[in-house]
Amino acid sequence: MKKLIAAAVVAAASFGLVTGASAGTLDNVKAKGQLVCGANPGTAGFGVPDEKGNWTGLDVDYCRAIAAAIFNDPTKVKFVPLSSKDRFTALASGEVDVLIRNSTWTMSRETTLGVIWAGINFYDGQGFLVNKKLGVKSATDLDGATICVQQGTTTELNLADYFRATGKKYQVVTFGTSEEAVKAYDTGRCDAYTTDRSGLAADRLSMSKPDDHIILPEIISKEPLGPLVRQGDDQWLNLVKWVHYGLLVAEEDGITKANVDEKAKSDDPELKRVLGTDGKFGESLGLSNAWLVQIVKAVGNYGEIFERNVGPNTPLQLARASNALWNKGGLQYAPPIR
Amino acid sequence: MSIQANAKHQDPKVVFYNDPKIRSLFFQCFLLIAFLALFYFAYDNTVANLKKRNIAQGFAFWNVEAGFDISQTLIPYSAASSYGRAFWVGLLNTLLVSGLSIFFATIIGVVIGVLRLSKNWVVSRLAALYIEVFRNVPLLLVLYFWYGAVLSNLPEPRDSIAIPGDIWLNSRGLLVPRPVMLDQFWVVSLSVLLAVLAGIAVHRHARRKQAETGERLPAGWISTLLIVGVPLAVYFAVGQPLGLDLPVKGRFNINGGLNLAPELVAMVVGLSTYTAAFIAEAVRAGVVAVSKGQTEAAHSLGLTDGQTLRLVVMPQALRVIVPPLNSEFLSLTKNSSLGVSIGYPDLVNVFTGTVLNQTGQAVEMVSVTMLVYLTFSLLTSAFMNWFNTRVALVER
Repeated sequence: MKKLIAAAVVAAASFGLVTGASAGTLDNVKAKGQLVCGANPGTAGFGVPDEKGNWTGLDVDYCRAIAAAIFNDPTKVKFVPLSSKDRFTALASGEVDVLIRNSTWTMSRETTLGVIWAGINFYDGQGFLVNKKLGVKSATDLDGATICVQQGTTTELNLADYFRATGKKYQVVTFGTSEEAVKAYDTGRCDAYTTDRSGLAADRLSMSKPDDHIILPEIISKEPLGPLVRQGDDQWLNLVKWVHYGLLVAEEDGITKANVDEKAKSDDPELKRVLGTDGKFGESLGLSNAWLVQIVKAVGNYGEIFERNVGPNTPLQLARASNALWNKGGLQYAPPIR
Repeated sequence: MSIQANAKHQDPKVVFYNDPKIRSLFFQCFLLIAFLALFYFAYDNTVANLKKRNIAQGFAFWNVEAGFDISQTLIPYSAASSYGRAFWVGLLNTLLVSGLSIFFATIIGVVIGVLRLSKNWVVSRLAALYIEVFRNVPLLLVLYFWYGAVLSNLPEPRDSIAIPGDIWLNSRGLLVPRPVMLDQFWVVSLSVLLAVLAGIAVHRHARRKQAETGERLPAGWISTLLIVGVPLAVYFAVGQPLGLDLPVKGRFNINGGLNLAPELVAMVVGLSTYTAAFIAEAVRAGVVAVSKGQTEAAHSLGLTDGQTLRLVVMPQALRVIVPPLNSEFLSLTKNSSLGVSIGYPDLVNVFTGTVLNQTGQAVEMVSVTMLVYLTFSLLTSAFMNWFNTRVALVER
């Protein structure tokens, strides 16, 4: 699979015609009748298929939201499971239309990979998971430890940076996928496993004895995660960006899955703009004016997506923290729809 | 008259486009130019497409700081080293695992192949069972089996199994004292080299003597004594110039010493047990291909079973065995790229994996990696072809 994608890129890049990079992604998606979404196959709460093959997760709901905005049908999504190593290549080569796979926004990725982020749907930071019996209370105790990590991530680099900066020694064991890395940690190959803290919360649940493991308090990096698209198609970038902002605006305006129809009848000028009874905001994106109604009906607002997938009442038990709205002490902030 | 006509027929003054030599040259040049044009088109198009998509290109990254660590490095490497150095680390790790696996696979394969032909029914069936099991299970599963099911069941570092001689065994590997060469060690190395050369000379002398007089010298014993005895004597004579770096228990791991990581062990065991099954079949085919009359003739000359195999059957079987062996070696080298699935830092893991992902330059990485495997394969083939001409039946 990995080699196949890489080979496909080489072939596509070598023999494909020089066309306007990826203009018309929206038209392509409409013509195909479905959105092809690059997803994480193995992080509970963000992207993971259940036994019946139904995908669930915060990132997965973003894919559904985009499909709902375009087709008014959140099921018109084809999920392509991608490892962290293959994801950018798959997006750049056109295999997927959008990549929503807890991917960290960094400068070099945006300047050298031909991709561009549409927003930050989860503010995260890197941490460590360790077994309680080691008696480690802080990352500063990890001198001399063996640490498992997944390949092709910012995690791999932050880990090296952290130990270089603190002058401590460690041994790394690098795996191709997070499943392999987690399993190796669980079987005792490593003293600690490192990834984004949201990922740690999810991976802890997949341990043979989840309660034996704790997440250390240190956060060693900034990990802004979000959806990204290919460069060169501003219409598509705008669409993905505004689906994200739309979800935030919906939460800010108190529009929920339950009350969206009722709110759509409101005379409030803000609600009229947001829900498409006034203005041509949807059409300017190439969508129907009721785009946000379609989205919220399908997946709810940002807060609902968060609570359903990773919030305090889910196994992950993550607090909103930085991911609360700007007016509730968090960092999630959307420009106004007007 | 007829001679004249013939001479006229061979007149070189035929119209040039009817000259078969020129024609063939023309078409070959045309094909070559067409191929080069296609290649140039592909290259040019790649560059243009990548530029259009704002994807970085070129090999400027080669000297950029890598920023990530690698678990097993045969040459000094740290996160501050360059991507280029990471490439060499991965390349050497691939060579190490392939070399070790080829060595063990050949030994296991030959033994199993010979046992498969044993007259002892139980032994022959057991060998057949081995071959069938390993030939029919995907290699990835074999690797998972050794790594995930066998090696991970070893005790954790704090419960390490202590083996006398400062050797520790745990789920993170086998730790042995690491020999550290001190100043005078080059003398010992030199004596090893000289002893080997002397051993070869003894063998040559013994062979010549046997050809001339029929008398057999115990050349094997003499050369063994030379190769083992001389360096040992020199070692003690210059005052044992070898220190030991002993593994010591630390908080998390046993530090120091030489660590045979479970990834390396699982790769070598997995690759060699798997490939050995195919080699065993090649060996069996080769032995069976030697006519039964040869064995009977050898027996009637009074050679023992072992001698028959070693002196009569094997030399003839090799010409059948070597060509398929070559392709098994090639597959093994390429199969070592599965290392990434169990965390072994081979070329594909380090270079086509991490470096590709950090730089995003798939075209460059995949091309370089393909070139590396192609070079490995051509070198292996060249060596095996040379070996094949040596063992091939000399027909007069």
